[in-house]
Amino acid sequence: MQIGNSPLGEARAQREGNSCPVTREQLKQALLERYSPWMYEKISSGSVAIAGLGGLGSQIAVMLARAGVGKLFLVDFDKVELTNLNRQAYHIGHLGRPKTEALAEILAQINPYVETEARTEKVTEENAAALFRGYPILCEGFDRPEQKAMLVNTVLAQCAGTIVISGSGMAGYGPANQIVTERKMGRLYLCGDGRTKLDAGTCLMAPRVMACAAHQANAAIRLLLGEEEV
Amino acid sequence: MVINGKEREMRQQVSLAELLGQEGFLEERVAVELNGEIIPKAAYGSTLVGGADRLEVVSFVGGG
Repeated sequence: MQIGNSPLGEARAQREGNSCPVTREQLKQALLERYSPWMYEKISSGSVAIAGLGGLGSQIAVMLARAGVGKLFLVDFDKVELTNLNRQAYHIGHLGRPKTEALAEILAQINPYVETEARTEKVTEENAAALFRGYPILCEGFDRPEQKAMLVNTVLAQCAGTIVISGSGMAGYGPANQIVTERKMGRLYLCGDGRTKLDAGTCLMAPRVMACAAHQANAAIRLLLGEEEV
Repeated sequence: MVINGKEREMRQQVSLAELLGQEGFLEERVAVELNGEIIPKAAYGSTLVGGADRLEVVSFVGGG
């Protein structure tokens, strides 16, 4: 699914009382000062789905919005809690609100011309294929290993052409250099150290979680720019 | 056969479910690619592996 620039950003800016002081053209020119035109074209016409908007997903979305990815599809059933703030992109003002809504707001403050579609829904084996079919890239940001495996299995089996970029092993405060990106299968990239899980003896902290999220976002941008190797 | 890039001598074919158990993998936490094809969980019991098969098992850990 290739989705180009849409008027949604402008529509949203108008709804919110013309509060956006930056035009689409200004943001485009700002990105073109950083990218070659061909890169801007590929990134701004790209679309990425993100499943799970916690420490991984929320930070991936922020990075891809900053990069100017054309469309982001955001899926999570959860609400923002106080325990999220140590590593997720949300603020105090978002507490109690659905992560989809809170994140769409954050992204609109970064680049209101990135189209966002949000779905406040739990991803299951039954609905995963229908949700993500057609997206060339899906970033996985779930908590539980069973959920990660379910999503990867379902999407790889049922969504032909969708590449999954998953995160596994980013707990604790071990060396950040252990976080890597590997291409594990034809359509599966895996980021993380592959083993440090969240359990009684460990913690989740922003630096390693964000390092893993950055690996995932970078893998997504590389794919949008035609680079399949890690 | 080759499991996660390492050569493994197998006397006979076994089911994928059996092999995953022997190797200490938890079925609910893995994704498995056999010779480039993703294997649905429901087929782990009926899929036989061995010989020249190439198996990639990704085992996920929690946190995100």
